[in-house]
Amino acid sequence: MGLLHRHRGLTPYLLLAPGLIFLLAFFVVPLGFLAYQSLESGNQATLTYSFTWAWSNYGNALRDYKGHFIRSFEYAGIATALALILSYPLAYWIAFRGGRWKNLLLLFIIAPFFVTYLIRTLAWETILSDNGIVVRTLRDIHVLGANGRLLATSTAVVAGITYNYLPFMALPLYVSLEQIDHSLIEAAQDLYASKWKAFLRVTLPLSLPGVVAGTLLTFIPAAGDFINAQLLGSTKQHMIGNVIQSKFLELTDYPAAAAMSFILMAIILVLVFIYARAVGTEKLTG
Amino acid sequence: MNAVAQPLTARKRVDVVGFLRYHLLTAYSLLMFVYLLLPIGVVILFSFNNPSGRFNYTWQGFTLKYWQNWNSVPGLWGAMKLSLEIALIASLVATALGTLIALALVRYGFRGRGSTNLLIFLPLSTPEIVLGASLLTLFLNVTFVQLGFWTILIAHVMFCISFAVVTVKARLVGFDRHIEEAAMDLGANEWTTFQKVTLPLIAPAILAALLLCFAISVDDFVVTYLNAGSETTFPLFVWGAARVGAPPQVNVFGTAIFVVAVTAMLGSVLYQRRREVRA
Repeated sequence: MGLLHRHRGLTPYLLLAPGLIFLLAFFVVPLGFLAYQSLESGNQATLTYSFTWAWSNYGNALRDYKGHFIRSFEYAGIATALALILSYPLAYWIAFRGGRWKNLLLLFIIAPFFVTYLIRTLAWETILSDNGIVVRTLRDIHVLGANGRLLATSTAVVAGITYNYLPFMALPLYVSLEQIDHSLIEAAQDLYASKWKAFLRVTLPLSLPGVVAGTLLTFIPAAGDFINAQLLGSTKQHMIGNVIQSKFLELTDYPAAAAMSFILMAIILVLVFIYARAVGTEKLTG
Repeated sequence: MNAVAQPLTARKRVDVVGFLRYHLLTAYSLLMFVYLLLPIGVVILFSFNNPSGRFNYTWQGFTLKYWQNWNSVPGLWGAMKLSLEIALIASLVATALGTLIALALVRYGFRGRGSTNLLIFLPLSTPEIVLGASLLTLFLNVTFVQLGFWTILIAHVMFCISFAVVTVKARLVGFDRHIEEAAMDLGANEWTTFQKVTLPLIAPAILAALLLCFAISVDDFVVTYLNAGSETTFPLFVWGAARVGAPPQVNVFGTAIFVVAVTAMLGSVLYQRRREVRA
């Protein structure tokens, strides 16, 4: 009996060990290396860097690329808000009116995922291109000037980010709306709440876990994105992801790139924790 | 007319505003579907385009020649094969590791549960560029590792594990433990119970985790881009091709992936519905 008991105590650790060791080795340890690298200094051309507690990397990154950081969070914030506004009615419609077609309608929402991220962004490049029908129409009705463009503008980049991450918003929204007990809404209406009031006081609060999950799933990857800025924008729309990427792969300025990665992660974690405090952590980690 | 529908019809009256609002929402949702599917339509359409120059941006005329010569772009099929190979291995490994973690988390109380949950949650809340960058600094500093196949594979397993854990965990949480206790009462040991009872019950979740990991892996660009060295996966090929004008074959491949994925999903949706109808 005693043996069995001891065996049981070990079982969870045996189950966890392979996966957690992998995550420690290739997620936690690399973050340590990133921290180490971010405090190095040296010669960019010969790639000879040494650890010197170079905190100035952080100061320089914030000073030189303040605009990129601000732009990243601005774009991510606007895109998240747009995705929420656009997908809430859709998720609501599927959850409450989808009937037996719900699964099929959900398939339409995730359909964009079945086309490679880069290819669907290139498709937007085609749609928004200068000779495309969208730009020509907008020029004809004088929303755009005669030489007005959509590509290489903030609008195009934000639109691209919104589109690419919209399913991450719509799916959790749908899940939380779908779980709502319809009799609660009917009860509110039986108690003389108008439809609109019943929505505001019953449906909306009950769908908040979905809003929280969707917002995080959209905002976090959006803030680090650089594909939309690269393909749909110009250097004026570049986000911090573009800078990190080029510092690593083109300029081989590893310490600066590492410092920027850390700043990006730190800002996101702070924002997530503030958000988690506001809504309750259980909803985040399940 | 059943009891549930009764109060709804009673409230309907001749509600013109309500009628409009009802159909407004439907119309809006249909428009949203058009928006969601529009780029996919463009990808498919432009796989049949016959561009005059290097850039496949404006419609010039219908042709089947890029479907017929799908394999005439050097490197494209090789990149696709590499992507599929990595996705297959990464999704199997990550799902195995993730399922074990999910079992431990749901089934056992143990010290360090909170920190385990945090360790699973953190990779999901870290932007890809940071995941990729930190792995790259590891591989740059551990000089016996060459960037290439293995580093891509390690990266993909790493970011897939958390998705696998979350998927399987969701199924395990809403699962009746009494069935397992019944098996044990009938004399089955823990391993037999797991094999005969637990595994068949969580099999759909494991399959879902596999498919999810496969899809994420095949589609990944950012982390792969940073850790690929001189190897080229399909998304990396598209990225490179986009700079000089992507050939229509890229659209052919994109369309093919889309058709395969949708067929698989439709199949599983229909299968589920048939099972529900029968149940």
